[in-house]
Amino acid sequence: MIAAQSLTFGYTPNSPIFQGFNWQVQRGETWAILGSSGCGKTTLLYLLAGLRIPTHGRIEIDGERLTRPRPNSGLILQDYGLLPWATVRENAGLGLRVRGFYGDDGKHTPKNFQPENRVEYWLERLGLNEVADKYPSQISGGQRQRTAIARTLALSPDLLLMDEPFSSLDAITREDLQYLTLSLCEEQKLTLVIVTHSIEEAASLGGKILLVGASPRVFENPHVRDDDYRNSGKFRDLCDLLWKEMRGDPHPALSRGERVEI
Amino acid sequence: MKRRDLLFSAAGLIVLWQVVAMLVNRPILPAPLEVLIVFAQELGNDLIVHFIHSLWRVIAGMSLSVLIAAPLGLAVGGSKRLDRIFSPIIYLLYPIPKVVFVPVVLLFLGIGDLAKITIIFLILFFQIVVLVRDQAAGLPPQLIQSLRSLGAGRRALFRFVYLPASLPGILTALRQSIGTAVAVLYITELFATKYGLGYYIYYNGSTLFYYPAMYAGVIAMSLLGLGMYYSVDWLERKWCKWKFVS
Repeated sequence: MIAAQSLTFGYTPNSPIFQGFNWQVQRGETWAILGSSGCGKTTLLYLLAGLRIPTHGRIEIDGERLTRPRPNSGLILQDYGLLPWATVRENAGLGLRVRGFYGDDGKHTPKNFQPENRVEYWLERLGLNEVADKYPSQISGGQRQRTAIARTLALSPDLLLMDEPFSSLDAITREDLQYLTLSLCEEQKLTLVIVTHSIEEAASLGGKILLVGASPRVFENPHVRDDDYRNSGKFRDLCDLLWKEMRGDPHPALSRGERVEI
Repeated sequence: MKRRDLLFSAAGLIVLWQVVAMLVNRPILPAPLEVLIVFAQELGNDLIVHFIHSLWRVIAGMSLSVLIAAPLGLAVGGSKRLDRIFSPIIYLLYPIPKVVFVPVVLLFLGIGDLAKITIIFLILFFQIVVLVRDQAAGLPPQLIQSLRSLGAGRRALFRFVYLPASLPGILTALRQSIGTAVAVLYITELFATKYGLGYYIYYNGSTLFYYPAMYAGVIAMSLLGLGMYYSVDWLERKWCKWKFVS
């Protein structure tokens, strides 16, 4: 679904964050992009969202070169990006209003887009009915993030891009939303790319994990959807491995350029 | 502000006025009751006509400045290129006290309402441009990015983000400028007019020496400012409900 080919990007020409980077994501996969602060993981997500354009190389989604935000991709940011002057219901319906504003021009809105008001469904499904008429400042962080998810899903995307979406939430809310994200991806047949600096979050959500750094590496995590996976030894082993990798103590197989599967 | 507190403050000021009037004991400072009686009488005469003329001028000046300054502020705040072009000009012109242009504007635009409205417009224009520009430029980038990811281009960003985000700035600028606008209104109405509260106050105080009527004019002008202040508050509560939720 996503193909990054010889991707090069930097905010200044002499210090590229990515150089000749190649990456493939298949439809329906869940990917976690992991890395320490400032390593370029958010930049990669913005490139996938079409909010940044590569200096060299290209990103293709469904075979089409990405040059601007793609109507079928949904982006959810750490700070939720909710309008403070709009209620939860208005925020959740914002994407549809933007599409209604342009009509199905194929640029801002997918061609042949059938405007179907799914806002009420998603408000109900994500437990936001009771706070639907409240403003973002009146609700909890978890509810704000659910609103951002409702706003994105109301547009029926096929690709969900998330930038550290749960980092400012308490542990219980975070875990609830992580489970919710995984189940929604499965239910709605979504491809997920989530950026995180948390090893546990990457191991909980990413069927594959891309560790971004001087030389980006991929870790397979095939048991991510297993019941009680987070309490298993495999989960802990993967976290240990990722922790060592992030500290610069690579697995022998990785230093040979191979993929590692737990 | 609670209505009860406001009534108490008004009563306190009237008592203070009464005490000072008794101490001064000269026609130049009549007691509040005398002024209030004249105020009621003058309303039946032509004070209301002067009030309406002043109200029209100040509302026209304010509306004109919002209609022109708010879109300009939005455009400059939302575009780095326009900011580079316009900001130096705004910075040069903003600190100049616009009231000094009163004679110039009167010379160019004549003695009618247009000159008076233009002066009020000039004063409010820069305040609104600067506040709206800062508000638009200070929007969190995440907000813009998430809207862009929903498919919003420049037009939709202006409609759904910049415009509503600038409303509090516009209303704050208006609230801050009402005092200045009414003061300038008084000055402009001293020149070449027979209608307006400025003229009414000056004519009764300096030509007729009818001080109770002069003070009635001062009360009318204060009510004009206060009414506008409360109107802006009302608009803010209506349009910016999110700012008042707990």
